[in-house]
Amino acid sequence: MTIISRKKKEKIDRLAELAARDDERGVSLWQEAFRRLRRNPAAIVGAVVLGLFVIVSVVGPFLVPYAPEAQLWKGEIRVGFIPGVRAENWFGLDHIGRDQFSRMVVGARQTLLVGVVATMIGLAVGSLIGGIAGAAAGLGGRWGRAVDNVLMRFIDMLLAMPSLLLAISIAAILGASLTTVMIAVGTVSVPVFARLLRGAMIAQSNSDYVLAATSLGVRKPKIALAHVVPNSLAPVIVQATLTLATAIIEAAALSFLGLGNNDASIPEWGMMLADAQRYIDIAPRLAILPALGIIITALGFTLLGEAMREALDPKLRK
Amino acid sequence: MTGSDVLVEVRDLKVHFPIKRGVLFERTVGHVKAVDGVDLSIPRGKTYGLVGESGCGKSTLGRALLQLTPPTAGEVSFDGVELTTLAPGKLRTMRKRMQMIFQDPMSSLDPRQNVESILTEGLQAHGIGGNRDERRKIIAETLDKVGLPRWALSRYPHEFSGGQRQRIGIARALVLGPELIVADEPVSALDVSIQAQVVNLLDELQDNLGLTYLVIAHDLAVVRHISDIVGVMYLGGLVEEAPSDRLYTEPLHPYTRALMSAVPVPDPDVEDRRERILLAGDLPSPANPPSGCRFHTRCPWAQPTRCADERPVLREIGGSRVACHFAEQIASGELRPHKVSAEIVRPEGEGEEPGVVSAPSEPGSFV
Repeated sequence: MTIISRKKKEKIDRLAELAARDDERGVSLWQEAFRRLRRNPAAIVGAVVLGLFVIVSVVGPFLVPYAPEAQLWKGEIRVGFIPGVRAENWFGLDHIGRDQFSRMVVGARQTLLVGVVATMIGLAVGSLIGGIAGAAAGLGGRWGRAVDNVLMRFIDMLLAMPSLLLAISIAAILGASLTTVMIAVGTVSVPVFARLLRGAMIAQSNSDYVLAATSLGVRKPKIALAHVVPNSLAPVIVQATLTLATAIIEAAALSFLGLGNNDASIPEWGMMLADAQRYIDIAPRLAILPALGIIITALGFTLLGEAMREALDPKLRK
Repeated sequence: MTGSDVLVEVRDLKVHFPIKRGVLFERTVGHVKAVDGVDLSIPRGKTYGLVGESGCGKSTLGRALLQLTPPTAGEVSFDGVELTTLAPGKLRTMRKRMQMIFQDPMSSLDPRQNVESILTEGLQAHGIGGNRDERRKIIAETLDKVGLPRWALSRYPHEFSGGQRQRIGIARALVLGPELIVADEPVSALDVSIQAQVVNLLDELQDNLGLTYLVIAHDLAVVRHISDIVGVMYLGGLVEEAPSDRLYTEPLHPYTRALMSAVPVPDPDVEDRRERILLAGDLPSPANPPSGCRFHTRCPWAQPTRCADERPVLREIGGSRVACHFAEQIASGELRPHKVSAEIVRPEGEGEEPGVVSAPSEPGSFV
């Protein structure tokens, strides 16, 4: 009896909720995508991992117990022995007597910075080139197609080179530094963003609502900015999230190869990994910890990116 | 009919799409003649219905008329203004006088725009209604005209039903106060129950606002209901044009006769006895249309003389315009239809015989 009445009550409540929703404002596609994202467990896991990562990298450096570059326990390092986990050093010491925990926390900031800035560079330059090419090819007629051809051949050249090789070449030309890593990793993702945005824009340019806007008498630049670009952004946003993951890995790879940050006082996970390889048989945690950090962060970005792809896919819309 | 009564005059309009080959150095290997020499005129305040099977070029004709697809040759004059040679800026300002309604209301509405934004866009583009309040007033009036509630303004297209979406599409066309509306299959994407509502809405709007329509459709009943004049297209050309009732009761062109005989009659006795003309074969490729009369390859009345080598022009026969050399003889019964055998086209690389599918010899052989 009580169960039945409760069920009935719930049903009525739900109906009331639906009825109340009727005079709300309309739900845009972005809002709907966000609703779907919130219901996806993968997205929540990814968001939690990333949230922790961001908090650690923003707040962490102010709270670490020791300065990451101070060789406070230099005297305890002997050949064949590095002190491990203990009360005052949660992750043990590194090979020259610095606190590994403090270095991990401060290193998170560098890793996040490199990942975000590199992706931003790729996103900005790639979207600019792709957007111009896409608008020119989709709406620009004969001359537009010529512009598109020139831009895309340039992009194809970038795309033809293996990404890590391209990044290494750029880093080698500009000299080893943190900025170099960002530019190198960013350049690698430029062609991906450019191709994606251009392709989506050309597809959207052939849609009926663009024709409808033309027949309304809307000017072409306005059509490109108000209709074509907003409808082409979804794959680019997803790609940006996924690129964050690969950017972090690539930045770590460049640091590992010695082309990254040459300032030893600022820890960075890739560089820590490179340093640790010589001591892998006596202190494997020195390699495992930064590697785990890189993997978990990249996984978080990938989970969120995949969930966003699902949420934004128009074919999965109910 | 005097000159000033004609709103749109199309003369010898051609739209040819080049077929391109080659990756870097494209060369044109041929043309798809989607519209190949069409003459028609639409009187002000009337509805011109355009019918024909899929791929005959009727949609392309509608788009070329509005200069949404650039015509290859020919003239389109709208209220005395020649559109094909008009400068792009002038053409843009002319657009507010001629609007379009699309077939699929979902794909013709930007999914990221709410209804208010969809309706405001055209007003902004032409600077109609100086401030926000004035625009709101125009939009509200338009919503009333098409029978949409006010709360629709903040909603997005995906939150509406098909019929309501088409009303949004109609409102978008109406908000600029056009004189001509080209409706490209306005109801064929809708449920039958909704079709009547939308057709009646279009009718009502024409009565109240004095609109001129070019309605493109393949549904003969819809066209008959809504049109004053009907043009029948076949393979890029107009084969017959007549006042609506006359076309349906007295079709003159063999193709029109075949079309009309395909419409079922709701009386079973009549339906059983009536003569039906079945056309053999498919629509020929518009890239390589037949010589002479485009229809001679499928025409049950085709004659050995003239049909294959002389393209008939539209000529007036008792109120209709027909493009057939032998229309009078066919109408009087002097010429009788003969059988046209279907030309069998096999896909390339297929064997001569259809493969025989045999059952597995042993019951367990699939395991």
